[in-house]
Amino acid sequence: MEYWLPVFFAAAMGFAMLVYVVLDGYDLGVGMLLPAASEEEKDMMIASIGPFWDANETWIVLGVGVLLIAFPKAHGLILTSLYLPVTIMLMGLILRGVSFDFRVKAQDSHKTMWNTLFFMGSLIAAASQGWMLGSYVTGLLNTPMSWLFSFLIALSLPALYIMLGAAWLLMKTEGDLFLKSITWAKKAILPVGLGLLLISIATPIVSAEIAAKWFSMPNIIILLPIPLFCLILYAGILWLLRNDSMLKAGYSWLIFVALVLICLLSAFGLAFSIFPDIVIGKMDIWEAASSVAALKVIFVGTVITLPAIIGYSIFIYKIFHGKATHLSYE
Amino acid sequence: MIEFDPLVLARIQFALNISFHILFPTISIGLCWILLFFRTRFTMSGDKSWEFAYNFWVKIFALTFALGVVSGITMSFQFGTNWPGYMTRVGNIAGPLLGFEVLTAFFLEASFLGIMLFGKNRVSNRLHLTSCSLVAIGTSLSAFWILSLNSWMQTPAGYLIEDGVFIVENWWDVVFNPSFPYRMAHMFVASLLTSAFLIIGVSAWRIRSKVDGPATKKVMLTGVVLAAVLAPLQIVIGDFHGLNTLEHQPAKIAAIEAIWETEQGAALTLFGFPDETEKKTHWAIKVPKMASLILTHELDGELKGLDEFEGTHPPVATVFWAFRIMVGIGSLMLLVSWWACWVLLRGKEPGKPLLAVMSYMAFSGWIAVLAGWYVTEVGRQPWIVYGAIRTSEIVADHPAATLMGTLFGYGFIYVFLLFSYIGAVRYLATKPAQSLTTPQEYPKGSSSLSGGDY
Ligand code: HDD
Ligand code: HEM
Ligand code: HEM
Repeated sequence: MEYWLPVFFAAAMGFAMLVYVVLDGYDLGVGMLLPAASEEEKDMMIASIGPFWDANETWIVLGVGVLLIAFPKAHGLILTSLYLPVTIMLMGLILRGVSFDFRVKAQDSHKTMWNTLFFMGSLIAAASQGWMLGSYVTGLLNTPMSWLFSFLIALSLPALYIMLGAAWLLMKTEGDLFLKSITWAKKAILPVGLGLLLISIATPIVSAEIAAKWFSMPNIIILLPIPLFCLILYAGILWLLRNDSMLKAGYSWLIFVALVLICLLSAFGLAFSIFPDIVIGKMDIWEAASSVAALKVIFVGTVITLPAIIGYSIFIYKIFHGKATHLSYE
Repeated sequence: MIEFDPLVLARIQFALNISFHILFPTISIGLCWILLFFRTRFTMSGDKSWEFAYNFWVKIFALTFALGVVSGITMSFQFGTNWPGYMTRVGNIAGPLLGFEVLTAFFLEASFLGIMLFGKNRVSNRLHLTSCSLVAIGTSLSAFWILSLNSWMQTPAGYLIEDGVFIVENWWDVVFNPSFPYRMAHMFVASLLTSAFLIIGVSAWRIRSKVDGPATKKVMLTGVVLAAVLAPLQIVIGDFHGLNTLEHQPAKIAAIEAIWETEQGAALTLFGFPDETEKKTHWAIKVPKMASLILTHELDGELKGLDEFEGTHPPVATVFWAFRIMVGIGSLMLLVSWWACWVLLRGKEPGKPLLAVMSYMAFSGWIAVLAGWYVTEVGRQPWIVYGAIRTSEIVADHPAATLMGTLFGYGFIYVFLLFSYIGAVRYLATKPAQSLTTPQEYPKGSSSLSGGDY
């Protein structure tokens, strides 16, 4: 128990964060693509994320919630160190979430302003999440090296989100918007690849501990499939983007799935790099954990509710399955 | 330089964020049940005007909900960013309570909201009704958990302390701590009252702008009857809440009533200006023996004064004034709702003065709710967990400049959003019927049921 409960919650937190990155990733991405679309297309793009964005965002509440509940000491340490990017991200999320609603409810003359705020909020949130990820991976240090690294990720994560957004639109739209989404995806895929590559190179350079874990026998052999599969999936996406006919024939969902798999593999890689620390080089998950009694209580709650949550989330995605239609409350 | 003290700044920032947040849950929690009522009335009677009412209010609900969600996400980071010491000390108790809120309530409401708002054409009537109910249950459930935690901080129970860390001894006692039932009831009724006055006020706006439709009067009557029943109930619950507070937090009551010295047969101060340095209330208007009568139900009952809590009582003037604002609005709500009931139930048209009063009171619930929370929270000072941990022990030491900067950032965004919110509600409420059916929001050609008909 002493050993396994913290491991379980570390896994649950990782899972929530991964789901968050994929789900809110695509709707933040759609937000960042907004300025590139025409007025009518903007409405359609927003309609495609309308029923989902709120629940998508709840996954970050769960992720942070697990951190807070299961690892209170780390929660304090991490969030106080990341105070500024967290605050900026929150402001971005606030602006974005409300613009979504205001843009159709306020006067028509204000619509442009809300569209702009929707775009800016999405970008700010995505970039600050990248910044947070970067400084987390470098152990919350304040060195020029870690700043540079964080900066790099602050640029890459929005690219990944834009790619996810474009892939989402490929599944949810038709006609001109569909064709535009292909161009957007083509433009975004290169920065995504570059970002992934640079991060893979930079991580072992900035963090000696991570380097030591990866570049030792037999780890290197066990781990090799991760970058290998990522490469294959990446090549697959490139191939699909070149073969429009496949996309038009209804296989565009393959791109989204490939991206999700890349995220999943990267998450495994990251988890391997970090485990069993929760703040790299400073605190491990057992040091940070709450008392076993408290963890047991939430363990029971999680085991019952999480499958239910996953169940009805899937149910709701099924109901709104298919190409998006104009949003209507009626 | 008191204004640059990080503790003070962190507290102001927390207070600003939660004050902004609570405005929206208050409406979401109440309005959702009212929407469910409209929705059920339509399903049962087939009367279209209830559907118009639903269609209009669901838009305001969606907007409110969005503001509640984004400001709530800010709250869930606040514990870590501003009060790291808090979770380290009471994490074993606060953690599970917050966790259950996320797991049982947040996902439920956020997920089914999608169907409630946009799924009316995609799912069966029954599934849509179920979704509305689940959203309503979700919002109330989240109030349950967070209020339980807040009440535990007010009246801690069921715990042990080992090496300065709080450990749960009995979960039942933690969740249903002594002040929780009162706070839950008082807050839930406060939400319904706030929403009732919002729908009364907005309906009055519509009549005054001459854009009212077949549903306007029905909606107004719903709000009026609801308020007329709940306003007196709220006063009774508030009274019991006060008695409970007297038992567990006598210093708070002493500050609320500005009783400087312990006395028997204490007078009730209706108005006055409490002065903590001189320890007296200037220009007080008092009713003899009334405070003792209300709080102990005896004319000569003894009330503890602030002199018994030297150094551990809250700032007097804030609590004193906030309490009077809340009770003042509560009394006003009672008067207005009964007046309106008397007019409307006899089948008369509301007159100009009544409509004007209703319009001005559209957001009165917000002021009462904020005032109430300020009584509760400022009244708890200097403790964060009453009698156990002081607020000053748990603050994060951010540089004051950082806190100052983010404080201004939040403040700016909040003021902007508050104006936008009220502006959007006004705009939706008072623009002429047809123009609501804008092509952005509705498919062309299917506009016969536009919400603008309400
Ligand atoms: C009495 C009710 C109440 C109180 C005191 C609070 N909240 Fe709240 N909160 C709600 C009632 C609510 C709600 C009704 O459930 C909301 C508002 C609108 C909504 O969408 O859900 C919500 C939303 C909401 C969300 C977004 C949920 C989502 O993604 O759907 C979070 C993360 C929080 N809150 C967190 C907090 C925290 C950390 C609080 C205390 C410090 C807090 N709330 C006080
Ligand atoms: C919902 C309405 C609420 C309002 C309007 C409100 C208001 C306030 C205010 C004004 C303060 C500052 C008091 C002072 O420093 O003098 C405060 C502090 C605080 N409140 Fe609340 N509060 C609310 C709910 C909650 C809830 C639900 C919780 C926790 C579960 C909570 C936890 C705290 C904490 C941790 C502090 C900071 C420490 C302190 O200054 O005492 N509050 N709140
Ligand atoms: C008119 C008679 C009322 C009385 C006697 C009354 C009494 C009280 C008392 C004693 C408290 C503080 C409890 C504590 O901190 O321990 C309180 C808090 C509060 N009041 Fe009232 N109240 C009244 C009306 C209202 C109305 C009309 C509203 C809103 C519409 C309201 C909303 C609140 C809220 C939100 C709180 C803070 C949460 C809580 O502690 O329950 N109250 N009230």
